[in-house]
Amino acid sequence: MARNREGLVLLLDVGPAMHDVLPHVEKACSLLLQKKLIYNKYDEVGIVVFGTEETQNELAREIGGYEHVTVLRNIRVVDEAVVEYVKRLPRGTVAGDFLDALIVGMDMLIKMYGAAQKGKKRLCLITNAACPTKDPFEGTKDDQVSTIAMKMAAEGIKMENIVMRANLSGDVHEKIIDENDHLLNLFSSNAIAKTVYAESPLSLLGSLKTRRVAPVTLFRGDLEINPTMKIKVWVYKKVAEERLPTLKMYSDKAPPTDKFAKHEVKIDYDYKVTAESSQVLAPEERIKGFRYGPQVVPISPDEMETLKFKPDKGMKLLGFTKASSILRHYYMKDVNIVVPDPSKEKSVLAVSAIAREMKQTNKVAIVRCVWRNGQGNAVVGVLTPNVSERDDTPDSFYFNVLPFAEDVREFPFPSFSRFPASWKPDEQQQAVADNLVKMLDLAPSAKEEVLKPDLTPNPVLQRFYEYLELKSKSTDAALPPIDEAFKRIMEQDPELSSNNKSIMDSFRGSFEVKENPKLKKTYKRLLRDKPSGSDDEDNRMVTYDNANENKIDNIGDANPIQDFEAMISRRDNQDWIDKAITQMKTRILKLVEKDSIDESDRALECLLALRKGCVLEQEPKQFNEFLNHLYELCRERNLAHFLKHFKSKKITLIPKSEAADSDVADEEAGDFYVKQEPKLES
Amino acid sequence: MELDPDDEDDKQESHFHIAVSCIAQSLKSHIINRSNDEIAICFFNTREKKNLQDLNGVYVFNVPERECIDRPTARMIKDFDLIEESFEKDIGSQNGIVSDSRENSLYSALWVAQALLRKGSSKTADKRIFLFTNEDDPFGSMRISVKEDMTRTTLQRAKDAQDLGISIELLPLSHPDKQFDITLFYKDLIGLNSDELTEFMPSVGQKLDDMKDQLKKRVLAKRIAKRITFVICDGLSIELNGYALLRPAIPGTITWLDSTTNLPVKVERSYICTDTGAIMQEPIQRIQPYKNQDVMFTTGELSQLKKISTGHLRLLGFKPLSCLKDYHNLKPSTFLYPSDKEVIGSTRAFIALHRSMIQLGRFAVAFYGGTTPPRMVALVAQDEIEGDGGQVEPPGMNMIYLPYANDIRDIEELHSKPGVAVPRASDDQLKKASTLMRRLELKDFTVCQFANPALQKHYAILQAIALDEDQVRETRDETLPDEEGMNRPAVVKAIEEFKQSIYGDDSDEESDSGPKEKTRKRKAGIADEGNYDFIELAKTGKLKDLTVVELKTYLAANNLSVVGKKEVLINRILTHISK
Repeated sequence: MARNREGLVLLLDVGPAMHDVLPHVEKACSLLLQKKLIYNKYDEVGIVVFGTEETQNELAREIGGYEHVTVLRNIRVVDEAVVEYVKRLPRGTVAGDFLDALIVGMDMLIKMYGAAQKGKKRLCLITNAACPTKDPFEGTKDDQVSTIAMKMAAEGIKMENIVMRANLSGDVHEKIIDENDHLLNLFSSNAIAKTVYAESPLSLLGSLKTRRVAPVTLFRGDLEINPTMKIKVWVYKKVAEERLPTLKMYSDKAPPTDKFAKHEVKIDYDYKVTAESSQVLAPEERIKGFRYGPQVVPISPDEMETLKFKPDKGMKLLGFTKASSILRHYYMKDVNIVVPDPSKEKSVLAVSAIAREMKQTNKVAIVRCVWRNGQGNAVVGVLTPNVSERDDTPDSFYFNVLPFAEDVREFPFPSFSRFPASWKPDEQQQAVADNLVKMLDLAPSAKEEVLKPDLTPNPVLQRFYEYLELKSKSTDAALPPIDEAFKRIMEQDPELSSNNKSIMDSFRGSFEVKENPKLKKTYKRLLRDKPSGSDDEDNRMVTYDNANENKIDNIGDANPIQDFEAMISRRDNQDWIDKAITQMKTRILKLVEKDSIDESDRALECLLALRKGCVLEQEPKQFNEFLNHLYELCRERNLAHFLKHFKSKKITLIPKSEAADSDVADEEAGDFYVKQEPKLES
Repeated sequence: MELDPDDEDDKQESHFHIAVSCIAQSLKSHIINRSNDEIAICFFNTREKKNLQDLNGVYVFNVPERECIDRPTARMIKDFDLIEESFEKDIGSQNGIVSDSRENSLYSALWVAQALLRKGSSKTADKRIFLFTNEDDPFGSMRISVKEDMTRTTLQRAKDAQDLGISIELLPLSHPDKQFDITLFYKDLIGLNSDELTEFMPSVGQKLDDMKDQLKKRVLAKRIAKRITFVICDGLSIELNGYALLRPAIPGTITWLDSTTNLPVKVERSYICTDTGAIMQEPIQRIQPYKNQDVMFTTGELSQLKKISTGHLRLLGFKPLSCLKDYHNLKPSTFLYPSDKEVIGSTRAFIALHRSMIQLGRFAVAFYGGTTPPRMVALVAQDEIEGDGGQVEPPGMNMIYLPYANDIRDIEELHSKPGVAVPRASDDQLKKASTLMRRLELKDFTVCQFANPALQKHYAILQAIALDEDQVRETRDETLPDEEGMNRPAVVKAIEEFKQSIYGDDSDEESDSGPKEKTRKRKAGIADEGNYDFIELAKTGKLKDLTVVELKTYLAANNLSVVGKKEVLINRILTHISK
């Protein structure tokens, strides 16, 4: 096993008390394995279940005991089968002993890799920890756990415990739970072990770190307080967005008979003097230009290179300030963590002293950082203390980037106090709002906090991997619906809402809202959203499956103007604008050709809408050409009343002032009639 | 839109210089900050005349390829920089208001300015006249009756302009021995009342400085970034507008130019099928290798997949502010402000929640479907903060995008050594740290007080190249520590004491534990060339028989780059040996 590979043993509690949540355990585990197949396909995985009727493990065979622990799969490189396998976990019949399972798992890892192994070894236990553990043959349980933990630490095995604490039924003994929690805690203090309590299927999905990323330092060097006092630190990313894998483009151009076709697509960028010419400029024949007023100023790479800002690598302290002077919303980017160099004891001390004092006095540090040599810019950021609660973890700082003066847009907003009284809540309404903010509580106590970001999985990623699995079996598999568990982040918790029903009702009653009647229909998109709740299922289906529902792709007879407006404002493809304009033109011509007073009114409305659309989308040419064409047409066919209308509504060409691309000057737009008029009368 | 009819009175050379350099500086900022603004420069009391109305004593400065009032260009700035040299020859100064003529150059200047500003509607454009002068009593030398007449017509002209939505700002320049007396004439022209009168003159110096030393910063119009429906509970949704108040500023878009003609180049993207070499449309199919096969998705399926909710913002509940950790951040926040435009009653409900949240110290957790992927967000209520210069923080809520579980990395765990207690600071060390922090307190620190050094440098380079300047203007890197402050004895002492308490007497030596040794060994291993005679191998052409790792040992030992494919590595070794 190479340095960057992982050997993992999943220890899964399948006892009767776990049956409810097992579907979610299966989901979380298969997601973990799927990602391994994509990102870490040389990782090795073993699966152990406990709480089963039968017993099947090596320790039981060798020395006896360890009953009801079954090794489903020995440690092996991940493969397709294991993803399937973990989705069909057996349902156990007896209450399992998680300590037994742990020892079996640890034994497997040690036998497989031995102590000399460099790779990462990990145990992952998922249980509800509600069943009693057996007493050891000698000593206390505490001693036994400490021994196991120390052995694990010595072998370099990491441990992750996920404890399900959802709906514990009445027959569990609190004493047992307390004891088990205590034992798990002992692991934490003696080994690299972490225990997470998941209170819902959602946080169960979130608590298992499904993507293994090897942490890389962004910076190793000095945090400079002044040139004589430096602290050795390492900087890592603390937060980095996990994205969908980048999917490759696929070409279906190769003939189906070609067995060796790679189906790859290459993207080429051609730089041409004019759109028509076929002459392509070589990289050295082009140069970067930047806007300076109306002109574009070329700057050669050499000039740029010699003149540009070249800061030196390093972290420099600028000073300290009150925490309250940095408002939370000024944090600009994902977050870094600054930890002391683990080999420098004094640096660990220095960071500890500053971090603890910062926390004590509510201060933060302002630093200027250049992470790499040759980096084009410096960043100014804030260090906030991250004081460790664990004895074996060094104190550190979080680093957040702060904005520069140029990054702030100073838009003024009216003070709330200056609003008319009808826009402000009265005392009674304020009391109702206070109540809502107090009672719709997601963190009644630190322990009971729900929807922690740290335990909330990404619904889109979850859905992608599920879809991927389905598609791998059948190419035309349907998109799976979003997992039920995610309802918890997408809607209010029904239990919380129903507990606070009276508060919600009074809030609704106190704050009536209504649509602004003065607005046109097309603008009334806001209140269309149906309330969610009991009849929610339908609503969800609507939003998920018929997302295209209100996408108009044709201008119909009934509401041509609305259709046109909807179409032209579609942003999913540039082509829609052209399509909308073309279709609208045809519609207008049709209406004009009908030649009746009635229709000419409608045609005129359509024409106005078209003009508005063309101004908005900056397509003046399209409109101006059409208007000229229309004029000619009317003259030819002698459609006098339409022309009269035309004039009375003062429809003009689109001049430069309305759309920069127009080649019609402001004066000419008005001249249109003057010019055409005599011809008409002649 | 903005206009500087610029008076030039003959006598005081230095005043002319002040006014011109102020305008020149301000043009250089303007072309970056608001490059769409249109500007005209107009001198009055000149010898020559140049204006559409053909009035005496008024000269509208301009350069070719530019209308009289237009966006500033590099050429204009360049020529204006040299105006002091050419002024006497081309324009000349001459007091236009002399007792025996009926000429009124101030009146004419206002007229010309107003005519220039006729372009564009006052609804969409902000029209301003900046008036530089050092003559506080323009009609002082006239006979009483003429003076009264001229004063009346000039004031009327100014009033007409103001009625058309043009504001006039006065930038008076005082003589060293005599302060500019605003009460003589100009207070009526710009319409100051007696309260403003006393504050006016002291603020002038500041105004001039502000025009000169503007930070180069592109100014964007206030724009709603997102219209958001905020679902508070079933059956109650309100309307909010989202604004991007904080976004990293960038040097501006790059336009590729043909290096010989400096004309813009057209960039074309083409998709080429590698199997057939055919140019194709952007394919709609995407593949993900998985389980030994290529699983195919269409772009439609992928976008469908990401659509898991409506674009609304749904309230989930509230938490105390302490639950929002410093590492719960991904990207810049979005500012939310209520609107009653479409849904009447939105503002009231928003204000009520806003007040309660501030008062109870809580933030709202909500789910926002308007981003890809949709995210949990924290809504933090922000009270209005007013400063000297106006609003510092607008009232509203800031929407902070929260990371998902897999976005957060557990680095702390990586650095813990189970069972081994980590050293912690002692009370004495904490005390020393406390002194240090007090000494290094930044007075009046505000976020964004620093200009972006790379961006300012970029603008300076751009300006130097555009205006053919010999030298790039020095930009100061404000982000560097304040050396002077750092060297104050009290600060040095505090740092020294802190250092002493941590490192002890023997200051620089750090006790190393563990890993350092190992890495040193590994490096040492690499540093030697290995057991091969590379020169011999190179001669016989047998380098290709070695492995990449073996090749790299040679490169590393000779301080050469170790990146690239095997061929590249071999070539690099050969060139090195041949030297």
